[in-house]
Amino acid sequence: MDKFEKLSGIAAPMPLINIDTDMIIPKQFLKTIKRSGLGVNLFDEMRYDDNGNEIPDFVLNKPAYREAEIIIAGDNFGCGSSREHAPWAIKDFGIKCVIAPSFADIFFNNCFKNGILPIVLPQEQVDVLMKDAEKGANARMEVDLEAQTITTSDGETFAFEVDAFRKHCLLNGLDDIGLTLEKKAAIDSYESTAAQARPWV
Amino acid sequence: MTAPKTLYDKIWDAHVAHEAEDGTCLLYIDRHLVHEVTSPQAFEGLRMAGRTVHAPEKTIAVPDHNVPTTAGRDDPSNMPEDSRIQVAALDTNAKEFGIHYYPVTDVRQGIVHIVGPEQGWTLPGMTVVCGDSHTATHGAFGALAHGIGTSEVEHVLATQTLIQKKSKNMKVEITGKLMPGVTAKDIVLRIIAETGTAGGTGYVIEYCGEAIRDLSMEGRMTICNMAIEGGARAGLIAPDETTFEYVKGRPHAPKGAQWEAALNWWKTLYTDEGAHFDKVLVIEGESIEPTVTWGTSPEDALPISAVVPTPSDFKGGKVEAAARSIEYMGLTSGTPLTDIEIDTVFIGSCTNGRIEDLRAAAEILKGKKVKEGMRAMIVPGSGLVRAQAEEEGLADIFKEAGFEWRLAGCSMCLAMNPDQLKPGERCAATSNRNFEGRQGRGGRTHLMSPAMAAAAAITGKITDVRTLA
Repeated sequence: MDKFEKLSGIAAPMPLINIDTDMIIPKQFLKTIKRSGLGVNLFDEMRYDDNGNEIPDFVLNKPAYREAEIIIAGDNFGCGSSREHAPWAIKDFGIKCVIAPSFADIFFNNCFKNGILPIVLPQEQVDVLMKDAEKGANARMEVDLEAQTITTSDGETFAFEVDAFRKHCLLNGLDDIGLTLEKKAAIDSYESTAAQARPWV
Repeated sequence: MTAPKTLYDKIWDAHVAHEAEDGTCLLYIDRHLVHEVTSPQAFEGLRMAGRTVHAPEKTIAVPDHNVPTTAGRDDPSNMPEDSRIQVAALDTNAKEFGIHYYPVTDVRQGIVHIVGPEQGWTLPGMTVVCGDSHTATHGAFGALAHGIGTSEVEHVLATQTLIQKKSKNMKVEITGKLMPGVTAKDIVLRIIAETGTAGGTGYVIEYCGEAIRDLSMEGRMTICNMAIEGGARAGLIAPDETTFEYVKGRPHAPKGAQWEAALNWWKTLYTDEGAHFDKVLVIEGESIEPTVTWGTSPEDALPISAVVPTPSDFKGGKVEAAARSIEYMGLTSGTPLTDIEIDTVFIGSCTNGRIEDLRAAAEILKGKKVKEGMRAMIVPGSGLVRAQAEEEGLADIFKEAGFEWRLAGCSMCLAMNPDQLKPGERCAATSNRNFEGRQGRGGRTHLMSPAMAAAAAITGKITDVRTLA
C-alpha cells in the first residue's frame, strides 16, 4: 500500500450530503477484475452527459479542480454499497484525502486499505474548509498525518483524530494481511478452542 | 457477577481471536459469502502474494449481481463480455481454492443473502461477512453480519479474521401489533425515515419488541437487510423458536446431538436485563402505515397518506439535497404520493425476493391484470424460491396478470445485468436503494413492500394497498 505522510494539494468542494457509492462509481464500471483504471469514471453520472461529454459545471471538470487531491464533502459521504471500487476510483483520479462531517462505515474502512485518509471534522470546521476550497487552484491545503493537522491556504490550522493503528499503517504503507498473519498462533488457538465449544460451525 | 451484556456483546466476545492494547481486535469469521463483483481482485491478491484460502469449508460463493435473469443464461455467450469474464473468474476461483459454489446451472443459485439462510449456512451466533453491504440480512438469525470491501474480502480469505473495533449498541424497539396491510418493509422504511441514513453509523442495531417478535424469519431478514441503509454496521434480532424452526433441517444446519448442543447455546443469545444501549429508538407498531420513498435516499420515506415534501421542510444540508432529489425524481412538492404515476414494477432483491414476498404479491395480483403499457417483472431470490412459487401456483398468477417471470439474481435492484430503467422511467421497487441512477441512469425509484408494488402494477400509480378490494 502507498504511504500517506504529508499532502499539500488542491481541495475540491462537494457540499452535497449523502454522496453514495453509486454516485462515486456507478455499477456499469464494477464489471472489472482489476483495481486500476477507474479514475476516468469517478462520479461518472454527475461528470458526463448522456453523450459522454463533460458537464462543465461539475466541480472536478472545472479547470481549477482537475488536479484536486482532496475532497471536502457533506455529511455521510460514501453511504450505500460496499464497493471498494469507490475508493479505487477516487485514488485512481488522484484524490488522497476526503474531509467530511461524517462518513459511512464501510467506505471509511475501505479508504484506509487503499492509502486514502478520510478525516472527520465538526461541521463548522468543514464549513471553513469548504469556503477555502471554493477559492480554487490558488488555495492549497496541507494535511499532515503525523501531526494530525490540516492547514488552510490562510494558515488556519485544525487538528483531527485518527485511530492510532490505522495511522501507523498509513504512515508506513503496511499491508494488513501481513500484520494479521504475524498473529497466526492466536488465530490457530482460537480455532481449536472454538471447534470444541461450537463444533457445528 | 458479570455485567449484563447485549446480544451484540455476547456474539462479539465469542469471536475475538486476538485483542491489542488499543482495543483493535481480530474478529474470527464463521461464514464468508462471496459473489462475482467484489471478489476477483481479492483472489488475484492472494495469488500474487502466494497465499491461500484459510478456511475454504467456511467460504461459499455464488454469482448473482451480473447474471442475466432470462432464459438461456447457462450459455455464457448470452452474457455481455465483461459480465461473462467476471462470472468465469468466480467459477475458476471457486474451483482453484476449493470453496463451496452454486453456479447458475444449479437450482440452488440465487442472491447470496437468500442462498445463505436457505441452505442453512447462516446460523444464530455466527459472524458472517460478504463483500456486499446487504450482508446485514443475516442478522435476522442473531448472527453478527456485515458488508466489507474487497481488501477485507482478501483479508478474510487469507486469515479467516477481520481487523475490527467494537461498535456501539443501539436498540430499536417496535412495540405492539402492526395494522393490517403493514409489513416488515414498512417497518424498516419508517425506522430509516426516523434515524436518517447516517443515524446508525458507528452502531450495531438490535431490533426488538412485540412487532419484531411477531415477524416470520423472512420479515426479519427484510428488516436487517436494510440496517445498512440506516448506516448501521449490522442489524440483529435475537434468535427464538421462530428462528430455530426455520433453521432446523436445512442442508447445512447441525443435526442430532450437534443440533441439541447448538440449540443450548443459541438459547443464551439474548440481551440481558439491564444491559446498556448507547442509543434507543422506540416506535409504536400501530403508528406505522404502508410506507414509500419519494426521493433519492432511503431516508426519504413517508406514509402513503403523505404528500411530496417541500425542501424548506428540512434543515441544513438536507434542504439542498431534497431540492435535488425532487428535481431528479421529476416531482412537485405537495403532490399526494398516491397521485404519482409509475411505468415499471420490480419485485425481487435480497430485501424482498423470498417466497413470502411472492405470496404477498400474488395475493394482490390474483385474478387481476397489470395496467396496460406497464413493464412488470418478478425476479425470485433463488432458484429454489422460483421452484416453490411454481409449485404453489404463484408463477401462474404472475404470468396471467402480465408479469415477466424471471430466473434468480439481483437484477434491477442494482441494474448491473440487462434489467435496467431508461432515463425518466419510474419504478415501484421492492429493493433497498433509491439512489440516483441506481436502477439505470436517469431512472426513478420508489421503494415499497411487495404488496404495495403489486398494487401499483394494477393501478399504474403508487397505491395504498389497503384501498384495493
